[in-house]
Amino acid sequence: MAHIKVPEGVPGIRSLVMFRPETGKPLYELAQILLRDESPLSPAERELIATHVSSRNECMFCMSSHAAAARELLGDQKEVVDCVIKDVNTAPVSPKMKALLNIAGKVQVNGKQVKPEDIEEARQHGAHDRDIHDTVLIAATFSLFNRYVDGLASFTPTDPKAYEEMGKRMSSMGYVLPQPA
Amino acid sequence: MAYIKVEEHLPGITGLLEYRKDSAEPIRDLTQFLLRGPNSLTEGERELIATVVSHHNACTFCTSAHTAAADLLLGESTTAACVKADIETAPVSEKMKALLTIARQTQQSGKAVTTESIARAKNAGATDVEIHDTVLIAALFCLYNRYVDGLSTFTPTDPGFYKGLADRIVHHGYTRLPNGYDHLKK
Repeated sequence: MAHIKVPEGVPGIRSLVMFRPETGKPLYELAQILLRDESPLSPAERELIATHVSSRNECMFCMSSHAAAARELLGDQKEVVDCVIKDVNTAPVSPKMKALLNIAGKVQVNGKQVKPEDIEEARQHGAHDRDIHDTVLIAATFSLFNRYVDGLASFTPTDPKAYEEMGKRMSSMGYVLPQPA
Repeated sequence: MAYIKVEEHLPGITGLLEYRKDSAEPIRDLTQFLLRGPNSLTEGERELIATVVSHHNACTFCTSAHTAAADLLLGESTTAACVKADIETAPVSEKMKALLTIARQTQQSGKAVTTESIARAKNAGATDVEIHDTVLIAALFCLYNRYVDGLSTFTPTDPGFYKGLADRIVHHGYTRLPNGYDHLKK
């Protein structure tokens, strides 16, 4: 049970933004801008960063839902998602994505972990300022979301089907603030 | 030097928020509401939460800025210094000790927040909204600290810089200045 009185049966972040829509609105706007709006990184690549950080933070709700969204967006290459969760180094992603996922993994630990050589590695594989900026901000944002969802002990469904449906919604509709019941 | 090209006259978070303004807007709105909006926690108490989290994330820029803001709001500098050193012996209420402990746990991991620390806060009179806002402020500063340090932004060492910044975030708030930041160019 969640630590505070949120709507019952509503999973994860949705229950929290329904509890406090004033903070929910900018949080959903931020997710939409970072994961769907204009960026040199594709929505699928950005969902992989979100999945990787959530997996490292062991946030089951965020990891499962963003993994499901990434699978939807990747279509016949969806097996990449589980490879990234298992081990970024052996995952079938481009050298540029590998370098960016490495940066995201360091941001997950602490900002100071990101070293000049990590940035250099990403640049050598074609990353520009915006790729690096968006990677760090997405990783930082999921360091927020993961703590918010788990820190208040929000409801985490265990049925994989529940996440498949979330993934379909997130890939087709994006991040739309749920309305209070 | 920062890892990406930001305007040289804007250290720390300000340069990043100006670098990408569309993502900056909801971050600014969220911060304005959480730290300055109507709340049963005072602005000073909310700045103490930001300070403790930034301190334990070892983010010098954010710690200095929010310590200065807390000092300005509280009219003294003992409380912020004490909560950074040790929450339990700091001169704050039992409710604030419980909330700062929740913030500290959130800083480590969402999973580190215990039912005992939630119960302690509730016993001390904390409401659900106060607990919610404490966790979200702590989580938000885990974002800020990583954004600022992950891109290796410039961290001024002159205390005068942070006094000026505190004056802006206390008297103007966290929204973008209507005319931007060009007036800060030397």
